[in-house]
Amino acid sequence: MSVLKLNNVWKRFGDVEVLKGVDLTLEEHDVVVLIGASGSGKSTLLRTINLIEQVDDGQVILSGDDITDPRTDVDKARARIGVVFQQFNLFPHMKVIDNVTLAARRVHKWPAAKARAKGVALLEKFGLGDKVDEYSDRLSGGQQQRVAIVRAIMTDPELLLLDEITSALDPMLVGEVLDLVRDLKEGGSTMLIATHEMSFARTVADRIVFMHGGRILETGTPEQIFSAPERPETQEFLARIMHR
Amino acid sequence: MTDGVPQVTWAPSELELARRQHRRKASGRSVLIAIVSTILFVGVIALVLINTPGWESVKATFFDLSVAKESLPAVLQGLWLNIRVLFFATIGVAVLGTGLAVIRSLRGPVWFPLRALATIYTDLFRGVPVLIVLFLVGFGIPALEIFPRLPAGVWGGIAITLCYSAYVAEVLRAGMEAVHPSQRIAARSLGLTHAETLRVVVIPQGLRKVIPPLMNDFVSMQKDVGLISVLGAVDAVRAAQIEVAQSFNFTPYVVAALLFVALSFPVIRVTDHISARMARREQSGGTV
Repeated sequence: MSVLKLNNVWKRFGDVEVLKGVDLTLEEHDVVVLIGASGSGKSTLLRTINLIEQVDDGQVILSGDDITDPRTDVDKARARIGVVFQQFNLFPHMKVIDNVTLAARRVHKWPAAKARAKGVALLEKFGLGDKVDEYSDRLSGGQQQRVAIVRAIMTDPELLLLDEITSALDPMLVGEVLDLVRDLKEGGSTMLIATHEMSFARTVADRIVFMHGGRILETGTPEQIFSAPERPETQEFLARIMHR
Repeated sequence: MTDGVPQVTWAPSELELARRQHRRKASGRSVLIAIVSTILFVGVIALVLINTPGWESVKATFFDLSVAKESLPAVLQGLWLNIRVLFFATIGVAVLGTGLAVIRSLRGPVWFPLRALATIYTDLFRGVPVLIVLFLVGFGIPALEIFPRLPAGVWGGIAITLCYSAYVAEVLRAGMEAVHPSQRIAARSLGLTHAETLRVVVIPQGLRKVIPPLMNDFVSMQKDVGLISVLGAVDAVRAAQIEVAQSFNFTPYVVAALLFVALSFPVIRVTDHISARMARREQSGGTV
């Protein structure tokens, strides 16, 4: 069964149509990277999957469950999806470990000791072992974003959504975050990633999806898309972003 | 540019129409539940109240319609005094409060005495009960015999202004400090002076942040102008008191209370509206 299946997803804000019938399928362990200009609908697409935005038509099906059905418990559905944001969105009044274990304790009702043990283990695995009891706003941007990723994967979500997670980072710090995402790919996570980092997209993606004007115009392996893009829009986008 | 891209126009699918129908039904159901639960809630309270042993006498002494009608003109006339006092006190508080807030935010050693004075002022007037300030200003200052005789409402208005300026100054200062330091840096980098930075950059943004607490203070002041009655000014409260003494019935107090509520109601609603609009602007979109 597919982890994620989007059927004809539409979204409009007022008169502006942001998503115009998007279809997309992610199987287990798939890493799909969304590319496209700002305003092409990448972020909105991720937000509709996480039910932050209500779709105007179509379905979002998570492991067989139609989570756009109005009878869905949206909190339960969101708990099955991990999200990492551009601005990290860590809770500054909590320690790193409390940020990481919050959902495990509150939503998934893990005992505190179990949550802490797993949180510490994950933080250590990703080189954040000495930050466990720091307050999150004392960390560098790259460290904060790594903590945010650990927070998102803490309860083994079925799907990870990464929304331009390096766009707010100093170029020096981008590498450490992207290395972590590569580790997650090795670990078999199913991920849908929106990014402007083309070299990262090329190395991490199983499939690249090019969005333009709220639609998916072209899909293919990184080789296909980066070496021989078929559509003129894709060619123009890549030319612009590669040669700036 | 878009050659070859199929142009799709959207019409809601069967699925979406069914979803909408479901949502409509669900929202209709919740409205119904709200109505039923409100009726039940109010009904229970009314029932309990009516069945208390003293209800009949309470009804006669506090909720007598004929007394209410009789006392209304006098209380309304009193309220007109409250409204005038409120009007001038609001202007006074705006000026004095802003002045204090700006003085407290001044940097530099030259301003130390002014800064200290403003700090002492806000500490003092936030600490002393409004009633005591009213007595001190209303009976103390006229006793100095340096001012011509002024109506009690004027002294009452001054006392209220003194008290509320201290509160409002602190709220404004909190708002100004909540403006991110980078905004000051940006303004000063453009060559603006400290004063210009405050006026053009910091105060407009700070003010926006503290509109809800300021409105809250305003509503609070609206009812506290009723305290000027202790100085003998015939405002709504005092007028009600006179009516009570004449009719041996407490209904005029209830009338005055309702009038004060009616006075503050529009402001409260406007505040809610402004807060909601600001919240919407800050978190654009999304269902969370």
